[in-house]
Amino acid sequence: MTNQEKLTQAFCDALGIGPDQVKDDLQYNTIKEWDSTAHMVLISELENTFDVMLDTDDIIDMSSVAKAKEILAKYDVSF
Amino acid sequence: MTSQAYQDRYEQLLAQDMYSLNTAEKEGALLPVIQALHQHHKLHSPAYSRLVQHYRDQPDTIEDVPFLAVRLFKLFSLSSISDDDVFRVLQSSGTTSQTPAKVILDRITSARQSKALVKIMQNFIGKQRLPLLVIDAPSVLKNKALSARAAGIQGMAFFGRQTVYALNDDMTLNTDALNSFQKLYADQPVLVFGFTFMVWTCFLEALKAQKLSLSLPHGALIHSGGWKKLTDKQVDNPTFKREVTRLTGIPRVHNFYGMAEQVGTVFVECEQGHLHVPEMADILIRDPYSLAVCENKTQGLIQVISSIPTSYPGFSLLTEDVGRVLGQDDCSCGRSGKYFEVLGRLPKTEVRGCSDTQVSV
Ligand SMILES: [Zn+2]
Repeated sequence: MTNQEKLTQAFCDALGIGPDQVKDDLQYNTIKEWDSTAHMVLISELENTFDVMLDTDDIIDMSSVAKAKEILAKYDVSF
Repeated sequence: MTSQAYQDRYEQLLAQDMYSLNTAEKEGALLPVIQALHQHHKLHSPAYSRLVQHYRDQPDTIEDVPFLAVRLFKLFSLSSISDDDVFRVLQSSGTTSQTPAKVILDRITSARQSKALVKIMQNFIGKQRLPLLVIDAPSVLKNKALSARAAGIQGMAFFGRQTVYALNDDMTLNTDALNSFQKLYADQPVLVFGFTFMVWTCFLEALKAQKLSLSLPHGALIHSGGWKKLTDKQVDNPTFKREVTRLTGIPRVHNFYGMAEQVGTVFVECEQGHLHVPEMADILIRDPYSLAVCENKTQGLIQVISSIPTSYPGFSLLTEDVGRVLGQDDCSCGRSGKYFEVLGRLPKTEVRGCSDTQVSV
């Protein structure tokens, strides 16, 4: 799987949404599936998928799918 | 729409370290943000605009900033956004005998609250996420109306890596959860978070009653919600800390003060036991009769000023809490800015903790 596919899968598993919904401009708290509780599930899903440790700055900055890629890029996960 | 001038200035403020400016520099950084908020709410909240109609156009100093009685938020649903933009409504009290305050949040104000809480807390507990023990029951988050208690837990959950709840839904100790938490994490830093009164009653007293104790020697406890009910039980902060350390082994305890009407704007207790004012907020102490600003060390009503809210006009509130400023820019913990203490509540006002603590004795 490519990193993009892995990312999409992580969002789908954590938020319980379909792959077609995982677009770069999808934003935190704009759909009911991505609320603050699901956000923490998403964070651990991303950590497990990409084997990274995200800190509290990363969590509050991760406001969209695009932002998630940007943050993961800091940890050498490229898209 | 939130004014761009406000947004830019707020971002600048938040980008800084929260405790590096001295009091004079800090007023210079904070005042333009507060002025922009004053204009924003005059424009978007008819109620606010009426309340301040006899004020001059713009406050020239932080002391000049108009303030609303916190009680207004219990009487009225004050909003600066259209109904379509309401993201959630925060209720400060869950019990029926008390009037809950209603705080109207849009997405951006809610996001600012979370970010500010994280920025401020990072200064005390670091950026890393740690195993988190929440002194509450998991069901607290299930209520549809967001309580101040749930909002506090959600905010702190950002610091958690594995979150474990210490209580069962009937508020008894979940000893299995506690045992496994201790077994896994006794040798590493952990965070423990709860509301002051619940930490005392449902956790510390429950441990004592069951002759149990924990060993979390690398832990830090963060707690909030007010001392009123503990003062009634003759429990002060030193007693609280001593019992925490004795029963759980946790050496670091940080209380924080904050209003449910200003979630995210928190005043955290430093290693010296002082509540510190971060750069994105301010505290003024006012004489309860004249409402003039008191000198340092003189008791009065606490006014809280926050740079966060654009969805409701609650950026400057006169609380019913009594406190005093202890000093500024010279705390031996090294943080700049004002530091203060909270001494209790104004007598004869409706009793209400900062959080809607469920348990009452
Ligand atoms: Zn200090």
